[in-house]
Amino acid sequence: MAELLQFVSSGLTVGAIYALVGLGFTLIYKASDIINFAQGEFVMLGGMMTVFVAMADVPLPVAALIAAIVTAGVGLALHRFAIEPARGASPVVLIMITIGASIFLRGIAQIVFDKRFHSLPPLFGSDPIQFGGAAILPQSLAVLGGAAFIVILLWLFIERTLLGKAVIATSANRLAARLIGIDTRQIVDFSFVVSAVIGAIAGILITPIALTSYDVGTLLALKGFAAAMLGGIGSAPGAVVGGLLLGMIEAMTAGYLSSNYKDAVAFLIILIVLIAIPQGLFGRAKIERV
Amino acid sequence: MLSIENVTSAYGRIEVLHGVTLHVEVGEIVTLIGANGAGKTTLLHAISGVQPITGGTIKFAGMPIEKRPAHARVAFGISQVPEGRQLFAPLSVKDNLRLGAWLRRGADLKSDIARICALFPMLESMWEKPAGALSGGQQQMLAIGRALMAKPRLLLLDEPSMGLAPNMVDHVLSVIRALKDDGLTILLVEQNAPAALAIADRAYVLETGRVALSGTAADIKADRRVREAYLGL
Ligand SMILES: Nc1ncnc2c1ncn2[C@@H]1O[C@H](COP(=O)(O)OP(=O)(O)OP(=O)(O)O)[C@@H](O)[C@H]1O
Ligand SMILES: [Mg+2]
Repeated sequence: MAELLQFVSSGLTVGAIYALVGLGFTLIYKASDIINFAQGEFVMLGGMMTVFVAMADVPLPVAALIAAIVTAGVGLALHRFAIEPARGASPVVLIMITIGASIFLRGIAQIVFDKRFHSLPPLFGSDPIQFGGAAILPQSLAVLGGAAFIVILLWLFIERTLLGKAVIATSANRLAARLIGIDTRQIVDFSFVVSAVIGAIAGILITPIALTSYDVGTLLALKGFAAAMLGGIGSAPGAVVGGLLLGMIEAMTAGYLSSNYKDAVAFLIILIVLIAIPQGLFGRAKIERV
Repeated sequence: MLSIENVTSAYGRIEVLHGVTLHVEVGEIVTLIGANGAGKTTLLHAISGVQPITGGTIKFAGMPIEKRPAHARVAFGISQVPEGRQLFAPLSVKDNLRLGAWLRRGADLKSDIARICALFPMLESMWEKPAGALSGGQQQMLAIGRALMAKPRLLLLDEPSMGLAPNMVDHVLSVIRALKDDGLTILLVEQNAPAALAIADRAYVLETGRVALSGTAADIKADRRVREAYLGL
C-alpha cells in the first residue's frame, strides 16, 4: 500500500509535467493547426535559464520570472520568424520547421549554457513528507499545485474572457474569425507566448526533482505529444488527463516491472488506446453539422 | 461607397476573376448574380481581404483598401455574411454575437444585442445553445446578426437564401429590406436571381469571372438572356 502510494505520487508528479507540455501542444494546435515539436525546448529553457540566471546571484523567484519572460520571447520569435514566413505551407513542412527550431534551440542552449546536468533548490525544502508510509517530496506538491493553478487559470481564460473565445473562434473557423475582424496572426502569436510560458513554468517546477540539461526537451516533447494524443489532440482536458495517465503508467511500470521498460510500456499502451479509439479519450469525432 | 476596378484574382496559377469592375453607392442594394463557379464568393472574399488580388483597385469611401488586412477592412465598416454561414459552431449564440463586435470590444453592446434580438426574436430562446445546434434558418439569422454586431456601413451577403425553406427565404429578404431602410448599404450575392432582383436597386451578372451585364434591377429582370439563364422563363 505504501509502495503503491509512492508510485502514485511520483506518477502524478511527472504526469503533471507531461500534462503541461501537452497543454502547450493543444493551445498552439487549436489556434493554428500546427504541432509544435519545439514545445519541449520551452521546458528546457525555463529550467536551464533559471539555473544560470540564479548562478549570477539573482534571487530564485526573479530568476524564474526572467526565464519565463525570455522563453515567452523565444515562443513569439519562433512564430514570427520561423512559422509565419512559411504560412500556407503544408502541415508536414510546418512540423519540420518546428523540429528544426527545436534542434536549433538545443544547439544554442549547449553553447550559451553547457552540457552538464543542473538542479534547483526545491521550493519548500527537501524533507520528505511522510504520508501513509510513503515519502512525498514537497516539490512534488509544488509541481501538482503549480500545474493545477495553470490548468484552472487557462480554463478561466478560455471560458470567461472574450480573448479566450476569440482563440476558440479562430480554432473553430479561421475564415469567419478573419471576417469579423480578428487578427488571427495575433491570436497565434498569443498562443505561442502562452504555450512557451506554460512550458517554462513546467521546466522550473520539475528541475528540483528531475534535473535539467540542454537536451531534456526532446523526450519531454515526445511525452507531451503522446499525452495530447492519448487525450485527443486539440482537447485541453484530454491533454491533462492524458498527461497524468501517462505519468501513472510510467511510474507503475518502473515500480512493478523495471524502469528500463517504462517508456516502452507507456508508448505501447498509447498505441493500443489509439488503435481502439483513434480520436483519443476526449477527442470528438467530427460530427459537426455544416 | 464601394468601387472596384479591374480586379483580378487567382487560386494558385488559375485566374478566376478576369478584371471585374463594379460599384455600390450609399444606401443601395446591389445584387451580384451568376451561376456556380462564376467567382461571386471569390469577389466578396477579395473585398473583405481574405482572398489576395493580383491586380486592380478596391476603394471604400474613396480610400484604396486593397492593401489593407482583413481586420482593418472590418474596422472601416465592411462586414460579410459568408457563404455557408461559417458560424463558430462550438460557441454559444451569445458568444457568436459578442465576437461579431470584436473590434468594438469593451463598448457597451446591450443596445446592439437588443437590436439583433428584435430583428431575430427566435435567437433569444437559443441564447446559450452552441451555434452548431441551430437549424439552418436560425444559423443564417445568427450569421447576419454576427455581421451586424460590427456596426458595418457596407454589408456583404453571400447566398443568404441558400438551403432555406421558402418562408425562411422570405423572412431573410424582408430583413435585408429592413436593413436597407435603416440606411445600410448592401451587396447581395445570390443564385436565387428572382429573389435578389425583387429587392435590389441594381444588379450585375457575373459569368466566369467577368461582368457580363449590369443595370437597374428592372432592366436586368427584363433582359432576355437573364430571363432564360437565371429566371427560368
Ligand atoms: N479554394 C479554392 N481553390 C481553388 N479554386 C477555387 C477555390 N475556391 C473556388 N475556386 C474556383 O474558383 C472559381 C470561382 O469560385 P467561387 O466560389 O468564387 O464561385 P461562386 O460564384 O461563388 O460559386 P457558387 O455559386 O457555387 O458559390 C470556381 O471555378 C472554383 O472552382
Ligand atoms: Mg459562392
